Amino acid sequence: MNTSAHQFHEQATRLSHDLRHRALIQTALEKYEVKRDEKKAVFQDWQGARQRAAEIKWEAVNHLDAYLVDFARKLEGRGTKVHWAENGEQAREIIVGIARAKGARALIKSKSMTSEEIHLNESLEQSGVSVVESDLGEYIVQLRGEAPYHIVFPAMHLTRDEISDLFTRKLGTPPTKSPEELTMIARRVLRQKYIQADIGLTGANFAVAETGMISITENEGNSRLTSALPKTMITLLGIEKIVPQLADLALFLPMLATVGAGQLISGYNTLYGGPRQPGEFDGPEEFHVVLLDNQRTVLMSDPEQRDALHCIRCGACLNACPVYRNIGGHTYGTAYSGPIGSVITPHLRGLLEWKHLSYASSLCGACTEACPVQVQLHHHLLQNRRNVNRQKPVWWEKLAFRAFAVLANSPGLWRLAQKAGRLAQKAHPLIKGGALDPARPWTQSRDLPPLAKETFRDYWRKRR
Amino acid sequence: MNARDAILARIKEALRTPAPPAGARDHDSGHPPTGAPSRDFSRFLPAVGDSFEDRIQSFRAAAAELKADFRLFETQEQALASLRQLSAEEKWQRLGSHRGALTDAACEILRLPVVQTDQAYDVAALEACDAGLSECDALVAQTGSVVVSSRSAGGRALSVLPPHHVVLARRDQLVPDLPQALAMIQKKYGDHYPSMISFITGPSRTGDIERILVLGAHGPKKLTIFCF
Repeated sequence: MNTSAHQFHEQATRLSHDLRHRALIQTALEKYEVKRDEKKAVFQDWQGARQRAAEIKWEAVNHLDAYLVDFARKLEGRGTKVHWAENGEQAREIIVGIARAKGARALIKSKSMTSEEIHLNESLEQSGVSVVESDLGEYIVQLRGEAPYHIVFPAMHLTRDEISDLFTRKLGTPPTKSPEELTMIARRVLRQKYIQADIGLTGANFAVAETGMISITENEGNSRLTSALPKTMITLLGIEKIVPQLADLALFLPMLATVGAGQLISGYNTLYGGPRQPGEFDGPEEFHVVLLDNQRTVLMSDPEQRDALHCIRCGACLNACPVYRNIGGHTYGTAYSGPIGSVITPHLRGLLEWKHLSYASSLCGACTEACPVQVQLHHHLLQNRRNVNRQKPVWWEKLAFRAFAVLANSPGLWRLAQKAGRLAQKAHPLIKGGALDPARPWTQSRDLPPLAKETFRDYWRKRR
Repeated sequence: MNARDAILARIKEALRTPAPPAGARDHDSGHPPTGAPSRDFSRFLPAVGDSFEDRIQSFRAAAAELKADFRLFETQEQALASLRQLSAEEKWQRLGSHRGALTDAACEILRLPVVQTDQAYDVAALEACDAGLSECDALVAQTGSVVVSSRSAGGRALSVLPPHHVVLARRDQLVPDLPQALAMIQKKYGDHYPSMISFITGPSRTGDIERILVLGAHGPKKLTIFCF
């Protein structure tokens, strides 16, 4: 077992027995579920909206080269510098390079999962640029030296008491049990950071090809401030964020808010189409957009799973996933956790190294059903398993299935095996869950259902 | 080959094998869709009534749910009287604003020192204002959103930096839904978009601590909309 798989198993085992952790996640998600269902019901045709959203993302992804060219040309036409990065290293170099050229010492950031993907903060810090996360949840996990726990709710795993302790330790503020007071502490600290920052760095939710705009969805207003006050603005986004037309946002913005946070629309949905324009008196003088590939084209070259690039990072599949809800976000060890993370990480970072994630699923399909753009998530998990086996077949699995085929194809042997199973079962309690138990991985924490007293064939013969 | 060309070449190469059509496998027709999907989104989205009253009702309900204060008046004079009262109640000392037919009339009646953001201004001075007064591009009945832009609403910071954002809107700025709001923006600005266009729905908020709603996370703690 490789290191990432080993860590995954160890943490998953620990957290799935941690009842406090489970209760915390359940409470947070139950509140979300009520709101989400309420908002879905307001749509005139939610299923129709999902189908149409999937078709639009299909159109975007399957003509991505043309749309990216349009997008970049429009942005450049209004004074934006567009950069292309084939991988994380190039993106980091570009961004660190901008910081150096500007002589920047402080950078304020609004939420960007793509920056987590390429470990941007570490590179910036190493080049002497201080980085402050401005999204409240991100700020909290940054103070803890942790990765975000969830792509939409980064600090979902923490209680107000833990956050209060953290603030007392790191910021020297008095302890409080009020989420409002805690929020106001962060507001006071971060206000100064916006004003002092030389660069504001954001992610993007959508990139509109038709008009050359990026679209950012948020509730706190931190992204608005990040893109209003510093002199230089940088937006980092994956190439798959494209939507063809401005009109498409009328569908995507309310869908994202509904499944992402249980809101009909988020607090701020903002379009940025350039740096400060003639006749404008604030906003950045320079606007840089960094388009990142980082193996997305590898995922794209698998037509079967190309729809995973339709993902709008709403987090709905994480929230619906029974595995995520028990093992939590950090266990995955990846920037993108939950079902979508399990699908795309093997493409982005290596199939064999990350194959274990494809098995962290009951294949129940709750993720596929939750997905607003109909990514066929649980089918892809199964396809990943198949691909692993094609690439690196496991000899004993092949042998076991060959033996099973012999058994299942011969009625005499089959009957014999059934008799043997019934006998062996009587002795099983003596070794159940122990080192000698062949079914140990299953039986050490679960019951083995008993075989029926008689076979169906016997039963049928008697009744006939 | 530079990074741009390398990425575009990889995309072209990847797209040589067509993908199955979008969406659920169960409805798989086996053929990729022909032509672009139509953009008739209104039939999927939440319903909005046809009359002005229905739309105002819808805006009011959405705004109330999001803790925005929506005030509708018959005349501009009534709206300004109410604004003056609000200013007195909250003891405003200093305002952020921009030039405009509606904001100019309001600033005149409020008689307070004003930081104008459609000229070079000091960020610290704007931060110290009690309220930011702006006009808007549209109100969206479907969602209770206010559409502002760096051109219509005094730049990027005015609507987020002061603790209270006050919006002045005319009744004819109410549009029914999101598709029409975006169509309005395209029609109004053509190819000369402001550098920022924002759909603001309710005051700044967060649920990042135990999913409990707190207003005023980074931006305004209050949003008041005067419509006449």
